[in-house]
Amino acid sequence: MDSPRPAGPADAFQTAETCWQKEYDARLGAARPVRNRSGIEVKALYTPRDWDGARYLDALGFPGQPPNTRGIYPTMHRGRAWTQRQLIGLGSPEDYNQRLHEILAAGGTAVQLVPCNSVFRGLDADQVDPVLLGTCGVVVNTVEDMEACLRGVPLEGVSVSLNDPSPFTLLAMLLALARRRGVARAAITGTSNQSDYISHFVANHMFFRLSLPGARRILADHVAFATRAVPGWNPVSVVGQHMQQAGATPAQTMAFTLSTAIQYAEDCIVRGLAPDAFLPRMTFFFDISISFFEEVAKFRAGRRLWSRITRERLGACDPRSWRFKFHGQTSGVDLTRQQPLNNVARATVQAMAGIFGGLQSLHTDAYDEAFGTPTAEAARVAVSTQNILREEAHLTDVIDPLGGSYYVERLTDQMEEEIGRTMAQVEAAGGMYAAVESGLVQKLIGESALAFQLQVESGEQTVVGVNAYPVQEASGPRLGQPRPDPTAIDTQLARLRAFKTARSGAAVTTALDALAAAAQDPGQNVFERVVGAAEAGATHGEIVAVLRREMGSGEPLVAV
Amino acid sequence: MSGGADRRPAKVLVTKIGLDGHDRGSRIVAASLRDAGMEIVYTPPWQEIPTVVKLAVEEDVDVVGISSLASDHLLVPGLVAALRRAGAEDVAVVVGGIVPHEDEAALLAAGVAEVFHPGRPLADIVATIDRLSAGRRTAAARHGGASHG
Repeated sequence: MDSPRPAGPADAFQTAETCWQKEYDARLGAARPVRNRSGIEVKALYTPRDWDGARYLDALGFPGQPPNTRGIYPTMHRGRAWTQRQLIGLGSPEDYNQRLHEILAAGGTAVQLVPCNSVFRGLDADQVDPVLLGTCGVVVNTVEDMEACLRGVPLEGVSVSLNDPSPFTLLAMLLALARRRGVARAAITGTSNQSDYISHFVANHMFFRLSLPGARRILADHVAFATRAVPGWNPVSVVGQHMQQAGATPAQTMAFTLSTAIQYAEDCIVRGLAPDAFLPRMTFFFDISISFFEEVAKFRAGRRLWSRITRERLGACDPRSWRFKFHGQTSGVDLTRQQPLNNVARATVQAMAGIFGGLQSLHTDAYDEAFGTPTAEAARVAVSTQNILREEAHLTDVIDPLGGSYYVERLTDQMEEEIGRTMAQVEAAGGMYAAVESGLVQKLIGESALAFQLQVESGEQTVVGVNAYPVQEASGPRLGQPRPDPTAIDTQLARLRAFKTARSGAAVTTALDALAAAAQDPGQNVFERVVGAAEAGATHGEIVAVLRREMGSGEPLVAV
Repeated sequence: MSGGADRRPAKVLVTKIGLDGHDRGSRIVAASLRDAGMEIVYTPPWQEIPTVVKLAVEEDVDVVGISSLASDHLLVPGLVAALRRAGAEDVAVVVGGIVPHEDEAALLAAGVAEVFHPGRPLADIVATIDRLSAGRRTAAARHGGASHG
């Protein structure tokens, strides 16, 4: 065990340190302080004075042991590298299916489905302006659409991550497809990605789709249903990504995310679920910015905090409940439209921060994502970036390789303190749900977003190609936003019409009536009825419309 | 930034139409315009074109700023036409966010006054909006027709 005191005579350490400080000050003493994105002042040098090795067991422990700072599994990436989840969201289910098979052939190991923005709004394809359909995701309204998306992909053994906010119609369509294929629900694995309605209200203004209280009820029902009927499914993914993308600092993001997770866990406990029944399947989803060490420290601090929160506040006894499992996505906010190939370097550094931060699953952004949905070539490079990091670069040889760095350990402590400060603010406002209702969280995020933008504009924060090292744009590739072929959208609309004609109208009506009744009855499980409606042939838009009618749409919670 | 002594401050409607809910960019721009002394009417995202036109007319704004991230700029020519039909042809429409270069000419041809691409400094956006609204603000001051309060 390291001594908490510097090795050797204290006066020798002191003399050497004073000498270094004097020489440093003579050269750079007047330099302005360096701060990370979370506002923490970063020193030029860290030494044994900054981190006390005597705290090792309490603050770090061994991987897989509380407080899990060094990782949630004993073997971490040596035992199993992270899952590669690339974003795919192309216009038509057929386009999506083709890209999915390409990604799987190129080394992707799981399915990731991003629906069209119309789906996020709670609408079917025939309810929106066709010119916007499929521009930012795949149009999935029915079990048939899901079938077309996943043609040739086995539902057993492949983890399926659906970007699927409340009321989780995409999972309902998946389960309806599983029934068609004769696959048992227990064999389905994956994640209701972005099931975190609070993050949607805060950062994407999901007020149109369902009311805040309605979304709160359905998430708890969703967890209860999945815990009982789809045990391989992760029903909650708490999304820090939205908030960091909207402008929250890394420390604020972790604070809001943990506060949200506490809110969801306590809601589930109030609903009657035991902590250890659902916490092991709770997951997190984060943005990884290019502030490398800060991101590493953010994840290490978050892991430590969650281990303590689950044990001490939520009363979880199962070590699996203490694990802070997270998916990371390299940050699109750091990507630039100027000189887009530079984004390959950015995604690489961001991905490394997530890997050293101990993630379980990774999405690397394609270099053209500052323009729109990735082109095939850019998506391939993004996949290759992960393959190179995983298989060429020897990053997985050692668990938590930055652990023990005086800087990283000190910064992890400081990030933990900073996160704790914001969590206390949220707590004082009545918890995350109340803090969002009151606009506090949106206000804090907005202030951070503006502050960061002003740093970029003043040159305090360099962005290569934007405020430094510009080149004439004409010399770089001029990328457009890929748009679905209009005939594909026509086909999609025709399929939706044909689907509605072919189904049993009576069965749909019965299922939607049952859904409405469940929404009015706290004793019933709304999500179970969502699944029933999907199996009966109801569309996404029809399901959301019933719930919006019964539970109301929300108010915008915007703070400027 | 409010121009000459005979001009009132610019009044700007900052909004989003279409399907996308991300509003980081529009909030930053709105805050910068406000800090420069302009009067801001800010809406949550997901507005319909008729709502935006009604608001622009009722609030007597000088500029409508549309923030677009996810192809929502494709709806802007329809917005410009609707403003014209409502008699608000002197209201400048500007677009900021992710707009592919090949679409910029079409937007300008449709009557959009300016497209702000990523990297455009906030001070430049403020100055451009100040300039675009100068004529309208001067006329309003001359005729005593400013209805803002």
